[in-house]
Formats: sequence, structure tokens, C-alpha cells
Amino acid sequence: MNDFRTRVQAERGYLLRYARLQLRDAAAAEDAVQEALVAALAGEAGFGGRSNLRTWLTGILKHKIIDTIRRQSREATPLPAEGDAAEFDPLFDESGHWRDPPSDWGDPNALLEQKQFMAALQACLEGLPSKTAYAFLMREHMGCETTEICKELEVTPTHCWVLLYRARMALRECLEKTWARK
Amino acid sequence: MKLTCKEASHLLSQGEDRRLALGERIRLRLHLGICDACTNFSRQVQTLRKALQALRERSGPDPRS
Repeated sequence: MNDFRTRVQAERGYLLRYARLQLRDAAAAEDAVQEALVAALAGEAGFGGRSNLRTWLTGILKHKIIDTIRRQSREATPLPAEGDAAEFDPLFDESGHWRDPPSDWGDPNALLEQKQFMAALQACLEGLPSKTAYAFLMREHMGCETTEICKELEVTPTHCWVLLYRARMALRECLEKTWARK
Repeated sequence: MKLTCKEASHLLSQGEDRRLALGERIRLRLHLGICDACTNFSRQVQTLRKALQALRERSGPDPRS
């Protein structure tokens, strides 16, 4: 085994966690990582030590993950109608006020250090419908631009914003219930 | 025209994904000036963003494995 191969294999654990969080499916994550590693080992010359190995591998993995998302979102059930600020939303009353106003969670940086918060967040992510979760995770986890998300999920920009909105609303509500009110 | 909390929440979310128009930003700022609930929502959205970044960067062992 040469040195490059060993260094690539050493990043496997990180890449698996990355893919699992994004795809929420251990088997699909395993496949994406495997494909990425094969591509990486075949393309050693493309690395050339220019950038950080993890960053380079994550870049390859992102493409594999997006391929998976594209395939899976085609098979997913059709989305509910678009919906915007004018649509009925049970989280607000008729005059547009919060039925259950968001609470103050305190210092965000302190929360990131809190194991219970991060564990509750991961559990809440797993409860999201798949297309909503893909959109949100592509945006916030993989750092994709909205245009790329729309393209891969085959939705309009407006629908993309609605998916991202629903994801944020669902996550914050889930966190209020499972974490904030403990 | 004044924003409702529902409209403000949509704009706050979209502000993470597109550049809001000047008018939208002004109305949002006026609303946030008088609304604690939406101010909390805005912070929660920021917290979610930071938390996902932290998950991405975190390189420690997987707590679930």
C-alpha cells in the first residue's frame, strides 16, 4: 500500500459521517463514499498535493452525493403544491401571528458545544421529509447555492425557497419540543 | 405596508438563500424592531446554519457508531 492510499483510507470515517448526514441512509452513504474513494484513488494525479486532502476528497464525494440525490428525488413521491406566505399555515393564526412564538435559545456558539442540542438536531433532521431534508442539507451542510439545489431537485426557485423555509420551520419547532422545553 | 409574523418569517428564511430587495429589508427591519418572536426566529435560523457548519467541520469520532 502506498502512502497516498493510506492517507485516503484514513479519511474514510470522516467521509462516511459526511455522507450519512447528508443522505440519511447508511447504505446509500456507504455506496457514495465507496465510489468517491475509487474515483480518488484513480485520480491521484488530480490531487497533486495542491490542496488539503480532506477538502479534495469531500469535493469528489459531493458529486457522488448529488448523483444519489438526483436519482432518489426522481423516485420520491411528488411534492405538495408550492405554497408561499399567502397559503394557510397551521403555525400562524388568521392575522399572521405565531401560534407558538419562537423562544430565545441563547448564545448560538454555546449551543454548538452542547451535546444534547446537537443530538436533538440530528434526530430532528432525520424526521424531515426527504426532499425537504435534501434541499436543506444541500444548502446548509454542503453549502450549495440555491440555483444548484433547484437544478438537482428539479424544482423552481420559488419552490426551492419554500422547501428551505419548511425545513427551517420544522427543525426549529422540533427543537423547541424535544430540546428547548426539557 | 406592515409585515405579519408569517410574512416576516418567509423573508427571514429567504434572506439566507437570496439577496432581499431593499424594500423587503426595510420592512423586515421595522418588523424585527418591534417583534421579539421573529427576532428569536431569526436567531434560531442563524443557529441552525452554524450548527450544520459545525457538523460538517467536526472531525471527531461518530457519536452514533
